[in-house]
Amino acid sequence: MNALMPHFIVERPGVLSLIQDAGRFGQTHLGLTQGGPADRFSFNWCHNLLGNAHTCSAIEVVIGGLKLISQSHTIGCVTGAETPVTVNGKATPMWHTFEINIGDVIEFGFATQGLRSYFSVCGGFDIAPEFGSCSTVVREKIGGLSGDALKQGDQLPVIVDTDNPMPQSEINAIAPEFIPRFESSVTLRVVLGYQHDWFSDLDIRRFFSSRYEISSQFDRMGYRLQGTKITANKTQMLSEGITLGAIQIPADGQPIILLNDRQTIGGYPKIGSVLSLDLDKLSQCKQGDYVHFEAISIEQAHNILHIDQHQQSLIQIVKKAYK
Amino acid sequence: MTKYSQQEQQNMNLVADFMQSIRVVPASESAIILYIDQPLTDTLAEQLQSIADGVLSLANTSEIEIVSSYASLLINYNPLKTDHFAIKQMLFQAIKSMFSDNSHTDYSQQTDQKLVELPVYYSDTTGPDLARIATHHKLSVEEVIQIHQQQTYRVFAIGFAPGFGYMGQVDPQIAMPRLATPRALVPKGAVAIADRQTAVYPAASPGGWNIIGQCPILMFNPNVEPSMPFKVGDSVRFKAIDQDTFFAMGGEQ
Repeated sequence: MNALMPHFIVERPGVLSLIQDAGRFGQTHLGLTQGGPADRFSFNWCHNLLGNAHTCSAIEVVIGGLKLISQSHTIGCVTGAETPVTVNGKATPMWHTFEINIGDVIEFGFATQGLRSYFSVCGGFDIAPEFGSCSTVVREKIGGLSGDALKQGDQLPVIVDTDNPMPQSEINAIAPEFIPRFESSVTLRVVLGYQHDWFSDLDIRRFFSSRYEISSQFDRMGYRLQGTKITANKTQMLSEGITLGAIQIPADGQPIILLNDRQTIGGYPKIGSVLSLDLDKLSQCKQGDYVHFEAISIEQAHNILHIDQHQQSLIQIVKKAYK
Repeated sequence: MTKYSQQEQQNMNLVADFMQSIRVVPASESAIILYIDQPLTDTLAEQLQSIADGVLSLANTSEIEIVSSYASLLINYNPLKTDHFAIKQMLFQAIKSMFSDNSHTDYSQQTDQKLVELPVYYSDTTGPDLARIATHHKLSVEEVIQIHQQQTYRVFAIGFAPGFGYMGQVDPQIAMPRLATPRALVPKGAVAIADRQTAVYPAASPGGWNIIGQCPILMFNPNVEPSMPFKVGDSVRFKAIDQDTFFAMGGEQ
């Protein structure tokens, strides 16, 4: 890379920091999964505040610990899990754009509420797409820089918009009442589907009236839960396509909710799928947090999505002048 | 009353029979899944391919994504732009045109399926489970290798990992259940059997299939187009090669 090209240097990658854009679509015929931000709301609002398209890239910072040194003059923003973020040692608010100068040190502490935060800059990072996306899927060794999570010494080029070379002159912030709270107990709305008729009415009632705990096995592939066992009355099935949020019930009767980095096909019975909006909340949960399920119809799900789209259009961006 | 030609009547009957064998159910708020309840044959694979192509030609392809597998098609859509009723409608239309495109007996010609030959170095070192399969079926190792090469396999699905093709059906004479304890590391290129399926591991990974040989051809190469030697619906045959050829073709042990 040209030394003069604006970029960020990864001084410390933290627990797990991944380049993500909106996701990789149309590649399942090769067995490539979707990737993309686990908490889409926080990711999208990081870009909204920066004036970026949702197709731009950001860093998904899992738990925290990321430290970056800027070699560019730009505007940045952090959204998602409540995480102490400092610029040159001085705390900077989240859900709030801030100016970044050459030589600035941006440091993430560890999330106090939630699990994943998102950091991006004006225009996003300039990472070459693989199969239409720069989203990192570590298991597939695809996306990001050489298919891996960020490592110490990595250099992240920044896209420079030559038509608009100076960063915005105002700070953009989301009105505080619209900042999501990340709870350690979440209710997930579920559209019954797939093999739901392989489960008895009693087991379906058990499923929707039980509290499940998130086990130690939770990542971008899926969240394995522990709680009331439910059993499909058949086990033999042919592998089939798995959609985002599908709830798999393997032979041990413990649900697994499949997320962005799931395998594209699989052969376990599925009771249905979690509403996409609620996956944002789930992906901010960790081991020991609790999950409840609530059944909704597909028509209700569509209504909720349309209402959400409208509500998001009402979220106010507060503009403030720089001091 | 509308009069239908004999051909039209026949097509309608075919569609009606076919509709008896399918089920369409929701998979999520943004996906439906089509199941076809038929034996796993070449015809089924061709029908799935034809329906998938039909739906893609009716839909705005940037807003729909289809995951094809053994006997199902998962269709993901954008619920802010369309809904399950509209997608189901497209699905039924694709089924109807599959039978009416005056090629209902030979719709395989609509698609560009190909036959791919994959070289395999079968040996004790590259196929640590050959002897077990032979003993299990009271065959010689040579017979197991021979039978594996006799079949033309169909790629039923691609998944598990990039480039991993599920192929079938393996001759029951050499079918073998998965290992009770999966191996921590299956080498890249391993040719393996699980029940009546066979596959080539595209990269080193954990795995529970029975390994019978190794293929020097890359199953997934992100830097070339196409990235895979085959796609769903294609036919595959395996051909034995010796050690020298294996290394000459770039094989690594």
